Amino acid sequence: MKRQQLTHLQQLETESIHIIREAAAEFDNPVMLYSIGKDSGVMAHLALKAFAPGKPPFPFMHVDTTWKFSDMITFRDKYAEENGIELIVHTNPEGKAADVNPFDYGSNEYTTIMKTVGLKQALDKHGFDAAFGGARRDEERSRAKERIFSFRDSMHQWDPKNQRPELWSTYNCRIRKGESVRVFPLSNWTELDIWLYIEREGIPIVPLYLAKPRPVVIRDGTLIMVDDDRMRLKEGEEPMIKSVRFRTLGCYPLSGAVESEAATVPEVVQEMLQTTFSERQGRLIDFDEDGSMERKKREGYF
Amino acid sequence: MGTDADLIRSDIHAYLTKYEQKELLRFVAVGSVDDGKSTLIGRLLHDTGMVYEDQLAAVKSASKIEGEEIDFSLITDGLQAEREQGITIDVAYRYFSTDARKFIIADTPGHVQYTRNMVTGASTANVGIILIDARLGVLQQSRRHAFIASLLGIPHLAVCVNKMDLTDYDRDGFNAIRDEFAAFAKGLNFKDVTFFPISALKGVNLVSASPETPWHDGPNVLEYLETVPIDEDHNLTDFRFPVQSTLRPNLDYRGFAGQICSGSVKVGDTVLTLPSGKTSEIVGIDFAGVPQQSASVPESVTIRLADEIDTSRGDMLVLPDNIPSAQRTVDATLVWMSESELDLKKSYILKHTTQSVRVKMDEVAAKVDMDTLQDVPCETLALNEIGRVTLTCTRALFVDPYTVNRATGGFILIDSLTNNTVAAGMIQGSESTQDLEALLREARAGSALDPKTQVSPRERFDRLGQRGATIWLTGLPGSGRWALAYALERRLFDEGHTATVIDPTGQDLSGVISACKAATEAGFIAICAYKSYRKAERALVRDRIGDERVLEVFVNTNEDLCRERRPNASFEGFEAPENADLTFDLASGRTREEMGAIIDGLEAAGQFERPGA
Repeated sequence: MKRQQLTHLQQLETESIHIIREAAAEFDNPVMLYSIGKDSGVMAHLALKAFAPGKPPFPFMHVDTTWKFSDMITFRDKYAEENGIELIVHTNPEGKAADVNPFDYGSNEYTTIMKTVGLKQALDKHGFDAAFGGARRDEERSRAKERIFSFRDSMHQWDPKNQRPELWSTYNCRIRKGESVRVFPLSNWTELDIWLYIEREGIPIVPLYLAKPRPVVIRDGTLIMVDDDRMRLKEGEEPMIKSVRFRTLGCYPLSGAVESEAATVPEVVQEMLQTTFSERQGRLIDFDEDGSMERKKREGYF
Repeated sequence: MGTDADLIRSDIHAYLTKYEQKELLRFVAVGSVDDGKSTLIGRLLHDTGMVYEDQLAAVKSASKIEGEEIDFSLITDGLQAEREQGITIDVAYRYFSTDARKFIIADTPGHVQYTRNMVTGASTANVGIILIDARLGVLQQSRRHAFIASLLGIPHLAVCVNKMDLTDYDRDGFNAIRDEFAAFAKGLNFKDVTFFPISALKGVNLVSASPETPWHDGPNVLEYLETVPIDEDHNLTDFRFPVQSTLRPNLDYRGFAGQICSGSVKVGDTVLTLPSGKTSEIVGIDFAGVPQQSASVPESVTIRLADEIDTSRGDMLVLPDNIPSAQRTVDATLVWMSESELDLKKSYILKHTTQSVRVKMDEVAAKVDMDTLQDVPCETLALNEIGRVTLTCTRALFVDPYTVNRATGGFILIDSLTNNTVAAGMIQGSESTQDLEALLREARAGSALDPKTQVSPRERFDRLGQRGATIWLTGLPGSGRWALAYALERRLFDEGHTATVIDPTGQDLSGVISACKAATEAGFIAICAYKSYRKAERALVRDRIGDERVLEVFVNTNEDLCRERRPNASFEGFEAPENADLTFDLASGRTREEMGAIIDGLEAAGQFERPGA
């Protein structure tokens, strides 16, 4: 029989499906962390493929900081409903009660409380022993060294210097009670692979990834969208309409937009390949200091 | 990047189609602190346009080198600790693509104490890149790197003789290194070995033809990576399909999910399921719920069979005329990856394809002396050592030799207490001569290990919060020791512990001790006041249950009071304990403080502390 050589994209796809199935088979109570972003969209799509014609045998979970773009929330609920996905939404109740927001608390503390602590609360509450995440190794330097099956102690902490060796595609899924594993099926995908796959498979994405005239202000040299009336404008800031899109989506006051006319996925890719700035540049939380992502991850940030 | 860049500008759709078709090549780059590996990788990434300006700016600002030159190694050294120490300590994965292929680099440190990291990176690689310093020639570490690359089954080896700029691109020097290394590599298992005279720092022979070495008529490193044939790197002949799970979304659909780890298969083929030995016809091969006619390595598919065969995770589908061998006793090469050395007495978990079994080491036959690469006799394996072992599994594995099939010849060993991955294993031997009948006999044979508990003391502790002990109460009839026993059981229970009084009805001393021992080993606190007048009897209790697990309490109530309470009992032959752990007088009949003292005694003996490994 003539064998059809798989393209690199098909190889990534088949590897990711293997990873998702392996974790689903070995862990008692896995969950897929769904951030609504494009990487999560690809991961969710792969999970649907892995168990077709059935449904993934685990719920999806979104840690909602209450400051996401409203388009994201609309998209999330529609996606879950259309695909028959069990969706858990968790918000840190203490953080919500104290009205923790990115303006009064600063990006660092706000992110810790609403995202990192919120995530740990949700994982503990439901007793999840494995959590799929959509992180890629090409995103950031400390991620480049993280395993696909990445062990977390009972405090959800990552010890970068004491990782389990990971060979072939034979994954060690053994943990003790209270410990957990973060599983990254997209580890070997690059940003370009993600976009290409979205285009090839027709995976739905939040419209914010595509350029459209939107109200923005310029803050610390970054374009921030005024998504709702909770946005506190500083002296002299006047929202203006610009054609913008987002390279990464998170909490709107912390997500930088780029000026763009790219209104389709191929146009976005075209722009991306011609720019010389990497993806996370639009994500303010990495700017705090060199090596900050590694520190956040040790503390339990995804 | 010329053609791709043009295409991106003029026809993005055509570019996407082209990009999607690219092949994927994985390579591992090995080198030590000073041989320029990080610089080489940084260069490859930079020269193929994979370093963005903001990353480059960060690297430039972090470069400690004076002058104009960028320290390319800083592009790759990711962890803070590494940047501080200026070394690579763990496997890092990098990505870049060219017009021809997409590449995944496993960037691994080469020092002997990081052997495990090199092995990790090498396990999936098509190509191994080894760096040799042109000034130093073939060092022992270069041989070691090649040896490990070969051991892990990397098909293609690229030897980069680096720092040629420092030898003025000396052709003879390069040739001498090439000849020496080629002679050595002949004894290893590579499909091909290719040599490159390079300067990572100056970018010579990395991504473009270089005038510095007119005498080098081979490709540059990137050309080589783009063209080295990798189609045949997978095993395409032997169909092996380890079942990951059974998908049964509704009554009409039942399929086996898994990744084809070698070979190929098509609808209509008859497959053999192991270990059941039953055959059935493939009626469907589905990818993402969509039927297709055939599938091959490494596709993740779902296979449906004509017959209802009881098959589940850990089983394997193969073709009846091409079977693996079933082995309960396996000869393997191990790379030991743990700080704690191999323990012949301990049982480990072995994970092979989708199957996990418990194993015991029978023997460590020899280890490789990493200086001479020769076998030397040894008793055990320590961190980063490579050795040959024989191990026995609770169930048969369906295996092929590693040199024939990386997927069904490789396994990992897991420490059953810490759950750490402690070793990588590669199954030795030649292709199987086992026929189907012999295979099934081996697969159905019982465990090759003596049955014994698979629950460790630590696991029991994690469940119960206590280690288990026997509280042995000695005293005269009427001393109140049974009353104390039951009161203590209640008290321990109320405090959240798990305790039980061993009722001696119908048993002799030996039976009672057995019961106490069983309860103690199960993690319970056994309490018993069985008559044991003689020292020798109490010594037997300690001896059989274990001295450290017995708390002996002498209930030394006044003898006259005892005789008064129990006038008809026999008081003959009582040898009072001389070194009981605790001694009480229960004349008053109250036991509250005494019970507190007993619980303190348990605590002092470590009863409520988690046992070590």
